[in-house]
Amino acid sequence: MSTPPSARDEILARIRTSLGDRTSTVEIPRDYHRTGGSPVGSPELLELLTDRLVDYKATVHRATPADFAAVLASVLESAGRVVVPAGLPDGWAPPAAVVDDGSLSWAELDAVDTVLTSCTAAAAETGTIVLDGSPDQGRRAVTLIPDRHICVVRADQVVRGVPELLGRLDPRRPLTFISGPSATSDIELQRVEGVHGPRKLIVVLVSD
Amino acid sequence: MSQVFLGMPAHSSPGVGALRGDQTFPQAARTALADPQLRRNLGHATGTIRAKRLAVVSELDDWEQLRLAGQAIKAATMARLDDHLARLEQEVTARGGTVHWARDAVEANRIITELVQATGADEVVKVKSMVTQEIGLNEALEQAGIAAWETDLAELIVQLGHDTPSHILVPAIHRNRSEIREIFLREMPGVDPDLTDEPRRLAMAARSHLRRKFLSAKVAVSGANFAVAETGTLVVVESEGNGRMCLTLPDTLITVMGIEKLVPTWTDLEVFLQLLPRSSTGERMNPYTSMWTGVSPGDGPQDFHLVLLDNGRTAVLADEVGREALHCIRCSACLNVCPVYERAGGHAYGSVYPGPIGAVLTPQLTGVEQNASLPYASTLCGACFDACPVRIDIPSILVHLRARHVEEYAAEHRLPSAESLAMGAAAWVMSSARRFGFVTRTARLGRVLGRRRGRIRSLPPPASAWTATRDVPLPPTETFREWWLRTRGES
Ligand code: SF4
Repeated sequence: MSTPPSARDEILARIRTSLGDRTSTVEIPRDYHRTGGSPVGSPELLELLTDRLVDYKATVHRATPADFAAVLASVLESAGRVVVPAGLPDGWAPPAAVVDDGSLSWAELDAVDTVLTSCTAAAAETGTIVLDGSPDQGRRAVTLIPDRHICVVRADQVVRGVPELLGRLDPRRPLTFISGPSATSDIELQRVEGVHGPRKLIVVLVSD
Repeated sequence: MSQVFLGMPAHSSPGVGALRGDQTFPQAARTALADPQLRRNLGHATGTIRAKRLAVVSELDDWEQLRLAGQAIKAATMARLDDHLARLEQEVTARGGTVHWARDAVEANRIITELVQATGADEVVKVKSMVTQEIGLNEALEQAGIAAWETDLAELIVQLGHDTPSHILVPAIHRNRSEIREIFLREMPGVDPDLTDEPRRLAMAARSHLRRKFLSAKVAVSGANFAVAETGTLVVVESEGNGRMCLTLPDTLITVMGIEKLVPTWTDLEVFLQLLPRSSTGERMNPYTSMWTGVSPGDGPQDFHLVLLDNGRTAVLADEVGREALHCIRCSACLNVCPVYERAGGHAYGSVYPGPIGAVLTPQLTGVEQNASLPYASTLCGACFDACPVRIDIPSILVHLRARHVEEYAAEHRLPSAESLAMGAAAWVMSSARRFGFVTRTARLGRVLGRRRGRIRSLPPPASAWTATRDVPLPPTETFREWWLRTRGES
């Protein structure tokens, strides 16, 4: 008696039967916009990003390198208890902040009000910010459980659209794309901001 | 000793899951059409979402190029589906995940149940997965004593209401706010008795109801919007953050995915992450998209399982015309523009996949004879093709499936149906110029049968079987052949 084929072998064999002879190859037309024309971090991109973030109910604060510390301090004033990832640049975290070394429980994260991080890249056209779990962004739970997320975006991280954004990412890292705060439209298609994810998204956009 | 024939494409598990309704489409639609509240809810919701979609699609001047690219990427995926799946398996495994293969719903449910049992958990949190509805996973888990918690707000409404989804994207589209409030008051333990029907209050009630669950869940079950073969990356697109909760906090994550949901390369995602949100929720980008590849040490579930499901998909792949239905990215744009869906609603289709895409996908997954009325649940107006972000030619597949149904029916019953009789007669007539000329001239007699708007509403038997469900256009007063003879002189 022969052993029955594994599901894997059988499904792959079914696919081969169904496809039959395969001679043609499919050409993929990529004449959609793959680059946006505007240079990375240019003033028009920062304008667009701000506009799109505000449209999806995020709050945006503009800062220059010179007044960044002051702007961040004022945003943090009403932030309550703050948690930060271990690799945040020196001087960003308020003195009383909890540092996540990877051992905080979900209940402990639920007890803080705000998380402060940087980001990996942002796309202006869709108002999207991406986190990739780098030391200045932390593990995913840290930016998920607290109710308020303050995210610092540098001008040189801002590209126009989705193709350029993906081009800057490492697919093998855990990636979170954030476009405005959590929302639902499940009740009569009426948009309500803030369901399970952080209900407030505050972006500090730093440019010269 | 039985010989197993390897590689014969098979249909979905019969009797399991949500691909077959208890009634035919015309029967179920009649019930829906008699419900004015349902029609109001549907009309309002589809109208709202159509307007939003149109606004964000018109923001992009390369929308058509993106659609063409999306169509080609999906065709390329199907043409090498075996290679891409093998590559995906290799990449996921290399990054610490475990890949399982399931021939059908029964096998998938068994695999998932055993995985959950191995963790010792007696409940799971679930996110965004049509495929687990397709296979009836919640029922299978329940039989094994495992509770499945739906966490998407709409799916929570459906689950608490002991109801079934009626729309791909907004499964509770058939419920309005006051119906939702009543369901929450009745079914949500510890809910504020003063809950109003304001959408914000309702959403916050769901937030506090699920918060404890998220923070304590040990196992999550998810679907996937995409998987990238070359990197092993999985993608879930969502809005509420319940997806992030399920994908991040539990120790074990089990993702179930139809074998067609692949894209070959990372670059291909740049097309679909533009096409999907704009077509589905009518947003430039949905609030949250999560991507993960296998296991990330110290971040998220440390035990990751991917279940790859056939359940009839290879049978769809075997049909050269019908296989295009596998290109679907479940955006639901075709539902929202469909005049039949807007009136009949999702339940009438009797399947987890409703609307135009359901009418072409469901009968192919189950075998056409098991959902024979679905390919007729359309006016062939073509709105679905125009809206589809990957340009699936749904009207042509519908016509193709009708023909397949007629042929399979005739072959099975050795009886010509009215439709195949008509087709046969047409073939006999058209094969001879003399016969064709005679018939087109006498067909004009049919004009006297016409009632209104140039349509013939009923023909005498046996053709009455045909006109019972459709009108026939009036024959012209002069046939093309007569016009040619008159204007071009003698032939
Ligand atoms: S068939 Fe096209 S329009 Fe319909 S749900 Fe699928 S991708 Fe969207």
